[in-house]
Amino acid sequence: MTYDLIFNVLGLVVVGAPAALMVVMGLTTLLGRPLNERMVGRAVQCAVTVGLVASVVMLAMMLLLGRHHVPIELSRWVELPPAGHGAATHGSESHAVAESATVSDEYHFHIQFVFDRLSVPFVILTFVLCGTIGAFANRYMHHEPGFNRFFTLYALFLLGMVVTSMAGTIETLFSGWEMVGLSSALLVAFYHERPAPVRNGLRVWIVYRISDAALLLASIVLHRIKHLGDFEAFLGSTHWPGGTSPLTSYEALLVGSLLLVAAAGKSALVPFSGWLPRAMEGPTPSSAVFYGALSVHLGAFLLLRFSPIIVLSPVVGGLTVAIGLVTAAFAAFAGRVQTDIKCALTFASLTQVGLIVAEIGMGWYYFALIHILGHGCLRTLQFLRAPSLLVDYRAMENAMGDRVQNASSFWMRLIPERLRTWLYRLALERGYLDALLSDLIVVPFIRVMTWCDTMERKWTAYLTVEPDRQTQRIQPPTSTYEESI
Amino acid sequence: MTDLHLPWLEMGILIPLLGGLLVGCLRDPLAARKWSLVACGMTLVCVVSAWQDFGILHATRADDPGHVLAKLIGREIFIIDELSAPLLPLVALLYFLVTIATMRTKVRRFSFSWMLFSEALLLATFSCSEPWLVIALLALGTVPPFFELRARKRCTRMYALYMLTSVGLMVLGQLLVTIEGETGGKPHALWAVIPILFGVLIRCGTLPFHTWTTDLFEKATFGTALLFLAPITGAYAAVRLVLPVAPDAALRIMGLMSLITAAYSAAMALVQRDGRRFFCFLLLSHSSMVLVGLEMLSLVGLTGALSLWLSVGISLGGFGITMRALEARRGRLGLVEFQGLYENTPALAVCFLLTGLACVGFPLTIGFVGTELLIDDAVKVYIYIGAAVVVASAMNGIAMVQAFFLLFTGTRHVSAISLKIGVRERFAVLTLAALVLLGGVFPQPGVVSRYNAAKQLTRERTALVGDPKQVPVPQVTPGKKAIKPVKPKATPVALAPAASTTGSVSIGH
Repeated sequence: MTYDLIFNVLGLVVVGAPAALMVVMGLTTLLGRPLNERMVGRAVQCAVTVGLVASVVMLAMMLLLGRHHVPIELSRWVELPPAGHGAATHGSESHAVAESATVSDEYHFHIQFVFDRLSVPFVILTFVLCGTIGAFANRYMHHEPGFNRFFTLYALFLLGMVVTSMAGTIETLFSGWEMVGLSSALLVAFYHERPAPVRNGLRVWIVYRISDAALLLASIVLHRIKHLGDFEAFLGSTHWPGGTSPLTSYEALLVGSLLLVAAAGKSALVPFSGWLPRAMEGPTPSSAVFYGALSVHLGAFLLLRFSPIIVLSPVVGGLTVAIGLVTAAFAAFAGRVQTDIKCALTFASLTQVGLIVAEIGMGWYYFALIHILGHGCLRTLQFLRAPSLLVDYRAMENAMGDRVQNASSFWMRLIPERLRTWLYRLALERGYLDALLSDLIVVPFIRVMTWCDTMERKWTAYLTVEPDRQTQRIQPPTSTYEESI
Repeated sequence: MTDLHLPWLEMGILIPLLGGLLVGCLRDPLAARKWSLVACGMTLVCVVSAWQDFGILHATRADDPGHVLAKLIGREIFIIDELSAPLLPLVALLYFLVTIATMRTKVRRFSFSWMLFSEALLLATFSCSEPWLVIALLALGTVPPFFELRARKRCTRMYALYMLTSVGLMVLGQLLVTIEGETGGKPHALWAVIPILFGVLIRCGTLPFHTWTTDLFEKATFGTALLFLAPITGAYAAVRLVLPVAPDAALRIMGLMSLITAAYSAAMALVQRDGRRFFCFLLLSHSSMVLVGLEMLSLVGLTGALSLWLSVGISLGGFGITMRALEARRGRLGLVEFQGLYENTPALAVCFLLTGLACVGFPLTIGFVGTELLIDDAVKVYIYIGAAVVVASAMNGIAMVQAFFLLFTGTRHVSAISLKIGVRERFAVLTLAALVLLGGVFPQPGVVSRYNAAKQLTRERTALVGDPKQVPVPQVTPGKKAIKPVKPKATPVALAPAASTTGSVSIGH
């Protein structure tokens, strides 16, 4: 048995384990025959353990054999040959089309996974944290009505994270990216009997769709420039992080800007930071693993993966640093006035993510990767301890024999009272970022489209002359948007 | 022309026609549903057999053996080719699933006999490539919804006005094209094609001629409106009537108007307060995307558009059937407040989400690859088209999830009767879910089939109007438009026996 075969098998197991979990959870849900809690727990444990062991063995083999880059080519998922070639053509008639075919008529969609210095640590982190959260959630969600729904979405998230981490082509990465987005939004709205989580879930989904659209455009532009979606085509054949992209600086500016928007949406960087505290409406285990540890770092991961493109354009590099630092400052500022532990931890997370993004902009890739790994683990621990914070405090105060003091600092006392109040309100309102986006984009958009809708209805009423229109009595749904923003 | 082994096409059209006559005589609505289901099932078997038979023959087009109609009329009318082969089963499947998922409470309001007539007409339309016949069948196809509106005592003025205008323009345009005659390998003049183009655009519900679609959804039964619009008959009219004869300028007009419609409808779907109007705009947005892809005329773009056509038919068909099932439980669906239906009908919620995600091109669903191909080619031609399609797709995604939240979340709806999904509905839902997922996980066969259809369309256009558009890869630079593709001179190409719209000889190997 050759090493390549072993690598292939291990690679398949790493991706196959979460995929199998997703199939089991999805099918049983679809057929209306959900597994019982014990079975779900075992399935999760099994999938995560198998995936983790395979990825650790893969890492060990790569270290032992000195391999820094192991591509696993699954298949050419979709393939359109140039006209006149391949089985898809029809005999003698094909030549006419072949004459007029251009190279651009060819299309490939590969499913390829890559094990390298970036993906292996990230996928191991994913399995470790998801395994921990899975075990925790199995007890935390015990007898919850949505137990099965939670773990179905958890399986989708795990699969999305693994696919995104291991992706060897931009289309594969995009597929995983979308799975993570959907599962996150639905988990934020997990407690769907209450309107607030649902509105927040919708809010998260809106930001994710903007992020997805940017990534899709970047992916398509790259595909058009190089006619391939493989990372090697536009990140260079040297392995991460030493790749040299063959793109021109203008192309790098376009693609880099789109990637930055995608990363900003996914990692809640300014100006999209508003959704992160809202995402805390979901169950604590999902908050911990998604917004504290993994999902929130996915934007940074994207920038790390495409670092050879970012480095080509000083403008994109500068923007990355600026957005990272602004996000860190904003999150540190807003985090000081939070009154519940999950929101405080969220802003603490965001501060670190901002710093990580700035590090990437400055070209400190390994440092950023280590920062992600350490921060993910620490924050998961803090989130999981969050429900027992009061118990911890009580234990601490009992040991001290006094209340924990929360006196203002020396620097705080230097700020005048009125300015302090203003700053407090500014922090409490999260820099009015949400209100700004709402006033500038959402409200005008709704007004314009509602006006169009009214005009259409008037035109229809003019032509039909039918007073008893059943839908006229329903009020417009503007509250949904405005309240969600 | 190659013959099928059995007259599947004629049987597929005749069965619903006879079924419609039989069901029209029945007074018991439950019996009507039962016999309609039998007729729809037999039709589905026939057209699936025609599709498989056609696949076995490896022909570019085929017709029924015996040539009964050809002997009667003098020429072959119903054919199956690369384009129509999977569309026929799609149409039959939609009719079958709508019939099977019609609840007992709705059987009195839904006319099964008109439904079967419209199925026969739609299958005949999709089996026909002769322009005049396509126009005639399209015109006949507008009749069943008209009579249903009359039977429901709803105002037919808007529907009749738009449909008459559409048919009139198509007739006028085809007359002008016929008068202009052979153009010697060049496209027809713009003035001759414009009436057909606008006739087709009205039928597609392209902005600003789309208000009849929302009107139909509001006034007709959900099933009728769904079956009238979900197969995207307008796109078929565009392929058969416009694509073979239109100059590039006409196609650009079609593409631009469709692009605006796709974005506008997606935005409108976001602010709708009525479930039916929301669905209608979602449908318009996606059918317009298909038209955008048809305009691009490159193989990848056409393949994307044709793949999207199939995926939209399946996914939005399923989405519509789910909404119809919800309507049967709750009455007209308002999208104003949370309805809390998840706990009552979790299976419908899953199907709603799954089909909705498929229609917005979510990975591993049937719509993903079609959307990717379409956007990929759109970016190649003009980056703004790609961006507009992406934006429209993003808005559709937001609208879909918003509707999901409004319908299924919120305080649990308490009902005196069980709202659980029935066996028939579960069958429909699971069938669609399986198609959505299987088509998403194994997209290659479907894409290759659509690729071959795209090549056939390219060949047909080449045969009639010269060399298809050559689209070089533009250099995309920020701040600049993509370089406009240079249009080559139309040069006659020596073709192998080409498939033509006049039903002339084309032999597969």
